[in-house]
Order: sequence, then structure tokens, then C-alpha cells
Amino acid sequence: MFKVRVIPCLDVKDGRVVKGVNFVDLRDAGDPVEAAIAYDAAGADELTFLDITATHENRGIILDVVRRTAEACFMPLTVGGGVRTVDDIKTLLRSGADKVSINSAAVSRREFVKEAAEKFGEQCIVVAIDAKRVKRPGGSDRWEIFTHGGRNATGIDAIEYAQEVVALGAGEILLTSMDRDGTRQGFDLPLTRAIADSVPVPVIASGGVGNLDHLVDGVREGHATGVLAASIFHFGEFTIRQAKDHMVRAGLPMRIDP
Amino acid sequence: MSHVAIVDYGINNVRSVRNAVEYCGFDPVVTHDEDAIADASHVILPGVGAFGDAMTNIRARGIDAMLERHVREKGKPFLAVCLGMQLLAKTSEEHADDNVAHRGLGWFDADVLRLMPNDPALKIPHMGWNMVAKERSHPILAGIRESNLAFYFVHSFAMRCNVESDVVGYAQYGQSVTAIIARDNVVATQFHPEKSQDSGIELVSNFLRWNP
Repeated sequence: MFKVRVIPCLDVKDGRVVKGVNFVDLRDAGDPVEAAIAYDAAGADELTFLDITATHENRGIILDVVRRTAEACFMPLTVGGGVRTVDDIKTLLRSGADKVSINSAAVSRREFVKEAAEKFGEQCIVVAIDAKRVKRPGGSDRWEIFTHGGRNATGIDAIEYAQEVVALGAGEILLTSMDRDGTRQGFDLPLTRAIADSVPVPVIASGGVGNLDHLVDGVREGHATGVLAASIFHFGEFTIRQAKDHMVRAGLPMRIDP
Repeated sequence: MSHVAIVDYGINNVRSVRNAVEYCGFDPVVTHDEDAIADASHVILPGVGAFGDAMTNIRARGIDAMLERHVREKGKPFLAVCLGMQLLAKTSEEHADDNVAHRGLGWFDADVLRLMPNDPALKIPHMGWNMVAKERSHPILAGIRESNLAFYFVHSFAMRCNVESDVVGYAQYGQSVTAIIARDNVVATQFHPEKSQDSGIELVSNFLRWNP
């Protein structure tokens, strides 16, 4: 039976986990490698690092984090944040990332997705989409692509954009609702479902998880293949195992060590 | 102690396979040098990327002939992973030009075909964790409980074997997906054991201790 993926996401800045990770037994709550090892041991199905390092000089630090993680964790690792060139992808893959996620660089130049997929294979190119509901006077609402953490509108329709990047070679979509991100109100289910139903590749739902029912809803109502969450796991509110047990009780196929 | 040869045919991410071999306590060497392959105790053919490019690189470096000599003739234990497994087939229709299939190494009477799950809700690539059901036992699965045979898959094409007895296990994804094949000293997995946590590491460790 094919399993639903539960994916914790760590925001990393200058080689440190933003806000820390509050697990028992973690010697250094800010060390992304230690957090990755803890999630690996806890049975996470995959791990995502989002590098939010702002300064150019510190951009290389994430490579060391990826390298050390890949030496200790034998699970799929996706790395995103500031990926702009084919060389950025190559160095991340060589460091041990399995997938690289592209965000604003794909918005500003779609061909980048094609170049990346042709060079490295579609299976390792994730396109991260940040979408927000936009009211249209006289028309129906739609979701549009936003960049820079939801501050910059692009006017691009999210569904059309998703279809476009998949046609260019994206092997997976990481979809974040900018309306829900950080709200703990649950995924934007109509958005997730609209995107998941319009592309043939897996869609990972992100943004807004506040309880374990939200994870179930993302799959059942949103048609996501996997669910990504950060704070509910980082702050020790729920373990990966609790999330999976809850999803099993809801009837979803999960990978659980019996 | 002799080393484990990880065959280098110009793909970028062999680091995970190397890390897994090291983690199991063995000494990995990423190489396309014949002496290094000849001296290795075990040989691993990793695989990420496109079938056509991979075969072009393998032929250009003479790796096909090296593997023929040291794996097929001399019987060195051999593990192929993901695309590496598909390369053992006779043909692949992946990005075939003008519908002429790419030729593989042809060690198995098998063809690589596009996945066509019978459920339209199932996504392509087949990306994520799936259970493998055993058709028969094999030393690389020793000690792994049936309930723990969950492995990480990432692929859009899969192998169809014409010889049933070559298949060790299948996964189900709206169709039967050949997950493990084996014959004599050769074993191959469609999934990535090096990305499959404890079960995967156990499989790699079993392989590295296998002396067929």
C-alpha cells in the first residue's frame, strides 16, 4: 500500500534552526543536523530544509548542514531557499540533497525549471508555490502567486502556473497558502484540492497546520500526497508518531514501525 | 579489507549511497576504473537520471564491458539501484526517440515501460514510501520483518520482467511495480534503500555481507 508522507520542515538561517526545535533529549535546539537526526529517528517520511539565510557570504553554510545531515540520516531530503542557478542545484545535490525546491527563480524565469529538470531529472526538481486568495471585483476569487513571503503580488494565476511548471518538468509541487501560513487554522483546502486535481505530479500541502485533523484534511479534502508542517512538531506539541497514529485512525495509509 | 565499488558514470548524487555503505562499516570507492572494480568485494550501480544518457555514459567509459567481466563472468556480488536496476533490462521506452526504445545492458529478459496506474488519482512520479510484497525470499531481505518492507520509491518508469522467477518482490501502485529482482550474484531494487531508513540500511548491510 502506498503511504501518505509526513514531512517536517526546518527553517534554517545562517546554519541555525529559526526559533529552535523543542524536543526532549536535544543537546542543541538550534542545530539543524541534530533536529534532522531526531526526526529521522522519530520516523519522519522525509525532511525539508528551507534556507532563509539572507547574506551572500553565509549562503554556503547550508551545504555543510546538508552534508552532515546526509551522513547521518537515510531519508529523503529536500532543500529550498535562494535556489537561482543550475550550479546552486548541482552543489546541493552533490552535498546530499535528494530534491531541490525552486521558488521565486521559477516565477521570474520559467525556463529555469526546464533547464533544471533536463539536467538533473524531474524527480529531484520541486517547485514551491506560495499562493494567496485574491478578490476580483465583478469576478470570482482566484489564487495568485506571491513572492517574498507573500508581500509581492505577481498577478499570476496559481493553477495555471502549477500546470505550466509541471509541463516544464517539475516533479513535485510544494504548495503553501500565504493566507493560512502561521495561522494554525489548517491548510487552505480548496486551494490544495484545486492544484492537486489539476496536475499529474504529487502535491505537498503546507501552511496553517494547527492540529492533527488538519493533516488528515489535507489528504482527504485537499487531495495532497503528503503534508508538511513545522511548528506543531518543532515545539513538541505532537510527535511524528502521534500524527501518524491519528492519520491511521482516520483511515489513511501511513508508514508506521509496528 | 577490500573496498566496495560504487560505479561512477557521471551522475551527480551518489553521496547517499556512499554514506550508506560507510554507515554499514564498509569502505566505499566511487570509481569507473577497472582495477578498482576488479579489486572490490562488492559492486553497486547507483542510478538517478535518464536512461538514455546513463547508457551513453556507461558505454563511453567502457563500464558495460567491465561489469560483464567482473560481475557476470567472475560472479562479484552486485547491487543495482533505481535507474541502475532499469539499465539491466533489454530496452527502455523512457524518452525513446521516434518510438525506438533505448537498449540497456540486457542482463534480464525485461523491458522498462512507463508507469500506467489504473487509478487516475495516483500521481506520476511514483514518489514516496510503498510496501514490497515478497514473491520469494532473498538474502538481502534477511531479518527484515514483512511489515517493515516499506521503501522509498521515486520513478516514472518500471521494469516488466518476462521471467517470473527473476522477481523477488512487487509493490502495488495501481499496477504491479517490479520492486526487487535477482539472479545468481546480481540483485537490484527499484526503490532507494539508501533513502529508506532502517529497512533500507538493513538491506544494504545484508548485501555487503552477502557472498553468493
